[in-house]
Amino acid sequence: MTGSRLPKWRRTSQIIFLLLFLVLLIFTSLRGVPGATSDIHLVAPVRLFFEWDPLVAVGNALASHALYRGLVWSLIILLPTLFLGRFFCGWICPMGTLQHFVGNMPSESKHGRQRIESNRYKRWQTIKYVVLIAGLVAAAFGSMAIGWLDPFSLLVRSIGLAILPAFNFAARAVLASLEQSRVGAIRGAGEGIHNFLGLFLLDFRQAHFAQGLVLGILFIAILFASLHVTRLWCRSICPLGALLGAVSRWSVLGLHKDREKCNNCNRCLINCQGGDDPIGGAAWRKAECLMCMNCVGSCPEHALTFRFFRKEKEVASPDLGRRRTITGLAAGAVVVPLMRANTGLGKSRNERLLRPPGALDETEFLARCIRCGECMKVCPNNALHPTIEEAGLEGLWSPTLVPRIGYCEPSCVLCSEVCPTGAIWQITPKEKGWVVGVDAAHNQPVRLGTAFYDRGRCLPWAMATECIVCEEWCPVSPKAIYVEEAQVVDSGGNTKTLKQPRVDPNRCVGCGACEYACPLQDRPAITVTSIGESRSPSSQILLSRS
Amino acid sequence: MASGVGQQGDAKAQPAPEMTRREAMLQLLRLGGVAAGAVGAGIWLSERSQRPIAGMAKEARRDHRVAIDAQWPKITVVQNGEPQALVRQALENLGGMARFISKQDVVVLKPNIAWDRTPEQAANTNPDLVAEVVRQCWQAGAKRVIVTDVSCNEPQRCFHRSGIEAAARAAGAEVILPDPERFREIDMGGVVLKSWPVFTPFLEADKIINLPIAKHHILTGATLGMKNWYGILGGQRNQLHQQIHQSLADLASFMLPTLTLLDCYRVLIRNGPTGGNLEDVDLKKTLVAGTDPVAIDAYVAKAYWNLDPEQLPYLAMSEARGLGTSDYASLKVKVSQLGS
Repeated sequence: MTGSRLPKWRRTSQIIFLLLFLVLLIFTSLRGVPGATSDIHLVAPVRLFFEWDPLVAVGNALASHALYRGLVWSLIILLPTLFLGRFFCGWICPMGTLQHFVGNMPSESKHGRQRIESNRYKRWQTIKYVVLIAGLVAAAFGSMAIGWLDPFSLLVRSIGLAILPAFNFAARAVLASLEQSRVGAIRGAGEGIHNFLGLFLLDFRQAHFAQGLVLGILFIAILFASLHVTRLWCRSICPLGALLGAVSRWSVLGLHKDREKCNNCNRCLINCQGGDDPIGGAAWRKAECLMCMNCVGSCPEHALTFRFFRKEKEVASPDLGRRRTITGLAAGAVVVPLMRANTGLGKSRNERLLRPPGALDETEFLARCIRCGECMKVCPNNALHPTIEEAGLEGLWSPTLVPRIGYCEPSCVLCSEVCPTGAIWQITPKEKGWVVGVDAAHNQPVRLGTAFYDRGRCLPWAMATECIVCEEWCPVSPKAIYVEEAQVVDSGGNTKTLKQPRVDPNRCVGCGACEYACPLQDRPAITVTSIGESRSPSSQILLSRS
Repeated sequence: MASGVGQQGDAKAQPAPEMTRREAMLQLLRLGGVAAGAVGAGIWLSERSQRPIAGMAKEARRDHRVAIDAQWPKITVVQNGEPQALVRQALENLGGMARFISKQDVVVLKPNIAWDRTPEQAANTNPDLVAEVVRQCWQAGAKRVIVTDVSCNEPQRCFHRSGIEAAARAAGAEVILPDPERFREIDMGGVVLKSWPVFTPFLEADKIINLPIAKHHILTGATLGMKNWYGILGGQRNQLHQQIHQSLADLASFMLPTLTLLDCYRVLIRNGPTGGNLEDVDLKKTLVAGTDPVAIDAYVAKAYWNLDPEQLPYLAMSEARGLGTSDYASLKVKVSQLGS
């Protein structure tokens, strides 16, 4: 009796955590900022979810030999998993919930017997353990590439950088058509809805992200796969699920099968989420079960219950085998050295790889960055974008500043506040040091790079035309761009006096405001490259800084 | 044609029933309707087809000035006071806010909220000054008081950290952030400024009060009152520097304010217009206000940067267009000293 009520509780829990996740994600932006003229902080960024993510914690501990800020809280998930099994996957994880939801939709490949067959345990479900082992070995070699597949990372990246911006676009398109209506009432309604949604849902301005399309399609494909095999991604790839599955071997809660009552109808498989053999005649697979409790209600004979401290035959550990374990170990051990032996990280660094303010030096950075894209989501100038090749294959989807789209706002440190792993170490606006107030002489600002002029394109240098927008925008004081009066001759032979700009590399912090503001929209006459970035001792120009 | 009959074919093999004349007519009617609709829509759409050319923007010079009254000065300088007292004294010298704002007016205040800076850094208009002007507008019977600007830095940060959003809201103003979708293409009728996107609140106002702040600027020496009109524009306004004086004169003859209050409470004397370093800021505790925007700019340029009108060609251009006089000495500047 009580057993059949559990799925209801589970559903409620799933909805609450999914909504909580979405609310936190949407509010991981500059919106509804409390306080007066002080510095701007976020109340509840979505990084709180990463602090429940033991995969990120374990991986980061292996890679950086430390636990950053709140990551230790992920024990909150790990400890109960020791007792209760993978309840996290079935009851909490929003990535699981979304797949669960899509998996429940009617689908041609999930009718009757087919559906039962698709929910039987499959050997390919062990792939996720291979992924986990490879990811953790890679972490031990100093690369958090496992973040590509971590479910929260995947969710924040996909929803934050693709789905929400697309939703914003659609909503604005519909609202714009209402707001341009000739009928006053429709126009008023459109504006009203716009203002209302603007309070909590619509972004202040449309965000665009490099690779947004790719990230969106991957995400939709993962959800779509659930139409064919329930929770295909959870069962086969998810390394967090694998970690929790491995930990749950000691759990004391388990499925009790009453073999007397069971008549092998296999109905328990119809709504099974994990593919963990709740059926009669087979041992229950503990590491696969997501504790969704659907089988309890599905059983017409009331033969299934979840019980504590039962003594029954079960498959407690992942069905991995020596060969697959070695495959995982070998994959992890080979991939990072191979990537690091390539050019990229130490050699031939990409000049346009501009890491956010507070980012650690590249090796440290890659040992922490999980490519969740939270920094990109929160950036109020839409300045941070997922890399494709700028950081090498290993750095795929890690953040880079694209000044042409947005510069780094002088007193903003939101990306460093939201970073869950300390790849972008938390700094204050004062530590960033671009707008210093007093005592400029002793200020050691964070530098992202250095700006360089293209004198063949710059208006005062090449076209006898006044400009100096770059100098106007330069946020540091004294300004890093200084001007020199010069006599130039225009095409009519007239001599003109105008101001030609130069960069003082001593003062330039590489924020990219000059590049952003340059009137040459397609290829600016001033560009920031990464040389001089303060995070890297090996990427400097000047012998000394005054 | 007759194959349409097969649609009714059942699983049980029955002889296909003959189609009645009535059914055939109906089928022809449907077919005819669809064909006629398609042809009609096609013709209508092809008639509409024109090579897309930018539509002519509406010309809209914005004259918000009130009648000149010889009884009151065109420019006043109030010194040595706090922002709130400066505003009160300046308005008193000019004949009171009721002279400028009529009952039921929609008033737009245009402070400088361009940069992500705090009030002490003096890159944006002083928030207390803005708030006091808001209150004065309410007292004069305004229907709506709107505070807005098109920022350079990220607008939410600028409005927040300048303190203007909080101060203006507390005084009861509507604070409107520059929504990228609320710009309208306007023919500004200038010499260099032709068609530009203008933020719509500036187009829908009955009265506009310019609330700039005086700052250093490398291109012109100083950025004063008229430069504040940059902040009504959207689009690629980074082109304006190429002919900055002509652009300023064009803007000033497009947007004719009811009143200008040029904030010189804190003055950024170096590294403008962004500043950031408190060592660049001088406390002047002054407000220069009036109805002659040319005289106001000329006065402040001379007072703090020792710039003569000849060094600021836009003043002569504006003068030639009848917007005011740069010879402020001829106007009997009303100077008030507040005790501290």
